Amino acid sequence: MQVLAKTARASAPRFCMRSFASSAERCQATPIEKPVLNKEFKIYRWNPDEPANKPTLQSFTIDLNQTGPMILDALIKIKNEIDPTLTFRRSCREGICGSCAMNIDGQNTLACLCRIDRNPSKNSKIYPLPHMYIVKDLVPDLTLFYKQYKSIKPYLQNDNLPEQGEFLQSQEDRKKLDGMYECILCACCTTSCPSYWWNQDEYLGPATLMQAYRWIADSRDSYGAQRKEQLQNEMSMYRCHTIFNCARTCPKGLNPAEAIAKIKLELAAD
Amino acid sequence: MMSARIGLGSATRRVAFAPVIGRNQTVLRTLIPKRGVQIQSLPPSASEEILNAQRLKRPSSPHFTIYQPQLTWLGSIANRVTGGALSALLYGFSLAYLVAPDTFDSAHIVEFVAGLPDYVKYTGKVILAAPFTFHFWNGLRHLSWDMGKFLSLKGAYRAGYAALGATAISTVALVLM
Repeated sequence: MQVLAKTARASAPRFCMRSFASSAERCQATPIEKPVLNKEFKIYRWNPDEPANKPTLQSFTIDLNQTGPMILDALIKIKNEIDPTLTFRRSCREGICGSCAMNIDGQNTLACLCRIDRNPSKNSKIYPLPHMYIVKDLVPDLTLFYKQYKSIKPYLQNDNLPEQGEFLQSQEDRKKLDGMYECILCACCTTSCPSYWWNQDEYLGPATLMQAYRWIADSRDSYGAQRKEQLQNEMSMYRCHTIFNCARTCPKGLNPAEAIAKIKLELAAD
Repeated sequence: MMSARIGLGSATRRVAFAPVIGRNQTVLRTLIPKRGVQIQSLPPSASEEILNAQRLKRPSSPHFTIYQPQLTWLGSIANRVTGGALSALLYGFSLAYLVAPDTFDSAHIVEFVAGLPDYVKYTGKVILAAPFTFHFWNGLRHLSWDMGKFLSLKGAYRAGYAALGATAISTVALVLM
């Protein structure tokens, strides 16, 4: 019997080493138990199935030491473990899709790029993007925002196609687009703009206007005059009062206020 | 009860007690809970109506009440308020002078102010000087933006703090005048 067991053990290591959990445990360092670090999150809730109920702030408390570092991690944890009805948009978790734009502690930003403030005595308030119609919880209706973006014809327009190959551009001309083409249309800037809050039916808002200038500034585009003409009225662009909330809030560090000021300069020079 | 009406009951029971699948826990879990809801079938064209009905009831999310106080937008609103108040004062005074030139002429006003106690004079001066100087300096900030200066975020903030500092100094200077 003993001999049998010995031979079995001798041939075992190659196949079953990992199954001896109890012996492996002894040579491993014991994991350090992290202390519980509870933090309260207050999250805006509204359910379209009960439209008569006013929107409320619902409080959730989670252990930060069992959560990832970003606000999005906290939201996902709450949705997974506490309340599966919590609704929010998210996709890439690395700040390139712009889905998780929301108002966190009073500033519009992407939940996936916003670190959780680890001070447990202060709660974190999470609202949807300001002054937008709410589809559910943290999901705003962006239909108008996309329509406005579409209205500026955000694509290359040029009737004189090059005879062969692609449109060429000098490095200096290409440089003019830096700081504008990186926009991911998350709507953080547009919904941070007080002018947009009061006039969103007619004013285009910083994101759309910066994209308008992105095409005006593009040396390959020949419709600059028409593009400027479209903005030459009281509402479309001139509702911008250079407030700078857009540049302050942009999670990608872009500066729509500057782009709009440049359109104004170009229109003034016309 | 509900499932029996839809005719699912016998089917689920059959699956649940079938000898082989019956032992498979995942299959059991997905099949045993009976649906308490009956689905209503609608044509695709009905979706727009439902969406529109929902849109009518959507609330608007909170804005300036929850937005973090920042120099950017508070400076802008302050510029507007001071501008409005100063114009109201100018127009109010001018109209009052038009209506009653004898009561609102310079001599009467000088006499009226001279009779006030010192603390009222100084408070009044601050109340007039602070909005005026703020609007003046912030107006210069706006003009520089229109000329293409201070358009970076850092530049805008520096110009903002400079305007606030200049406001404080010039308010004190005007009050002591």
